[in-house]
Amino acid sequence: MAVLEVEDIHAHYGLFHALKGVSLEVASGDVLAIVGANGAGKSTLLRAICGALPVTGGKVAMNGSSIQNQPAYELNALGIALVPEGRRIFPSLSVEDNLVLGGYRGRKGHWTLQRVYELFPELVKRRHNAGLDLSGGEQQMVAIGRALMSNPELILMDEISLGLAPIVVEQIYRAMGDITAQGATVLLVEQDLSRAFTVAQHVCFLLEGRVSLRGVPSALGDQEMMTAYFGASV
Amino acid sequence: MTIIYTIINGILLGGLYTLFGTGLALTFGIMRTVNLAHGDMIVFGSFMSLLITRFLGLPPFISLVVLIPAMFLVGQVLQHALLNRTLQQGVMPSVIMTFGLSVILQNAMLLSFSADRASLPIGSLATMSLPLSGDFAIGVLPLINLATAVLVLYLLHLFFRCTMMGRAFRATSDDPTTVELMGVSSRQMYALAMGIAFAVIAVSAVFMGARTNFSPLDGPARLIFAFEVVIIGGMGSLKGVLAGGLILGIAQALGGAVNPAWFQLAGHVATLLVLAVRPSGLFPETIDRT
Repeated sequence: MAVLEVEDIHAHYGLFHALKGVSLEVASGDVLAIVGANGAGKSTLLRAICGALPVTGGKVAMNGSSIQNQPAYELNALGIALVPEGRRIFPSLSVEDNLVLGGYRGRKGHWTLQRVYELFPELVKRRHNAGLDLSGGEQQMVAIGRALMSNPELILMDEISLGLAPIVVEQIYRAMGDITAQGATVLLVEQDLSRAFTVAQHVCFLLEGRVSLRGVPSALGDQEMMTAYFGASV
Repeated sequence: MTIIYTIINGILLGGLYTLFGTGLALTFGIMRTVNLAHGDMIVFGSFMSLLITRFLGLPPFISLVVLIPAMFLVGQVLQHALLNRTLQQGVMPSVIMTFGLSVILQNAMLLSFSADRASLPIGSLATMSLPLSGDFAIGVLPLINLATAVLVLYLLHLFFRCTMMGRAFRATSDDPTTVELMGVSSRQMYALAMGIAFAVIAVSAVFMGARTNFSPLDGPARLIFAFEVVIIGGMGSLKGVLAGGLILGIAQALGGAVNPAWFQLAGHVATLLVLAVRPSGLFPETIDRT
């Protein structure tokens, strides 16, 4: 059963046609990695799914019911959480307030403040620090924890390893196991292919606003991936 | 001793200015735009309190029981129906809209209540005082006013720090786009902010009407005081509002003691001094949006 179905969606930035008919499905409990070069439309796809960017054509459905062009704040209540590119921690709120706010709509489930602290123990000693004072890695942990606090069925993660030290990336990807173990479905946008392949069951390549390749990572050949990523054989 | 008495009077006057500034700081803190009709709304509140006093026969302070919820609603409706439409178009449309609102309000009040000065009948409370020494006494009403201002700020502080809605409110001030991902509608937060600001306006309106007299064209001068309080205190900061209110009150009282004509001038000079030395105010809390 697909949690998320995206069918032939289009999106525009002004006159620029950023998504030219992208279709994909994410099965419940699955991790789908979206990969592609800069400007391929990865973040645009996430923004279009979560209501931050108007969809100009096609269909987006969650558990069979249409969610397209619903305001972003309603999607959270339906069980979609976005870990945005650039983390977007609230700078004047403490770590704990950032996390607690994630549960604003009060969806019940596995994730509580306590469980998020168990997932990212580093945050415990920083709980009263302002978001402004955190390192990039800590911010990313707060951003993921904040998304988990809404007990989402579907988590969209945008470039979570960008600009972080390898050791921190390692730690964040380790947490991914615990996240999916609780039944959440993950849609992951990632530029680091090898990293994405360690957690993803399926992978989908985007090229210039279209899907160029999809499949199970282990079954894809290097050459076809290269072509799907860069658009031409290298 | 005279200078100490003057400063005490200034602090008591500052209680009123603190209330003026609170509403403006709230809406500025979250929406980053100035409500130019703020002062006229205060005068409007005073007239409404006068009407309630006359027609329901309630004492002015009891009229707050009706006035606070009514003004809360007016604020919410104003934000929902008018000001939320100006979002995403920069600062100017909302400034122009509130300026228009200010003009309309002044003239509507002029038509309805005439240009005569009015005041709220509060009976003996107006002249009650506590003697501090043989030659100095402080008014009970200004003291209640100051205590109310501190209480209002404290309640708002609790609301912002300890409730889910308060967190959402602060987060909206930080980043109105990202907060929607948490399931918070920033437009609803704006309407809530305007509602709370108007509830505080109701309180300041009754204290203003009780302590001085008012007429339909007094709004802009109240706006200036509120604005100065926010500038001295720092944008969006609650303790800054208290500091700003007290500093403005003390500056005016000291200026007035030297020469009665310097009363307002001293307040403006104090504001300019703070602007020159600390352009973001004494306790800036609002974080610049990136």
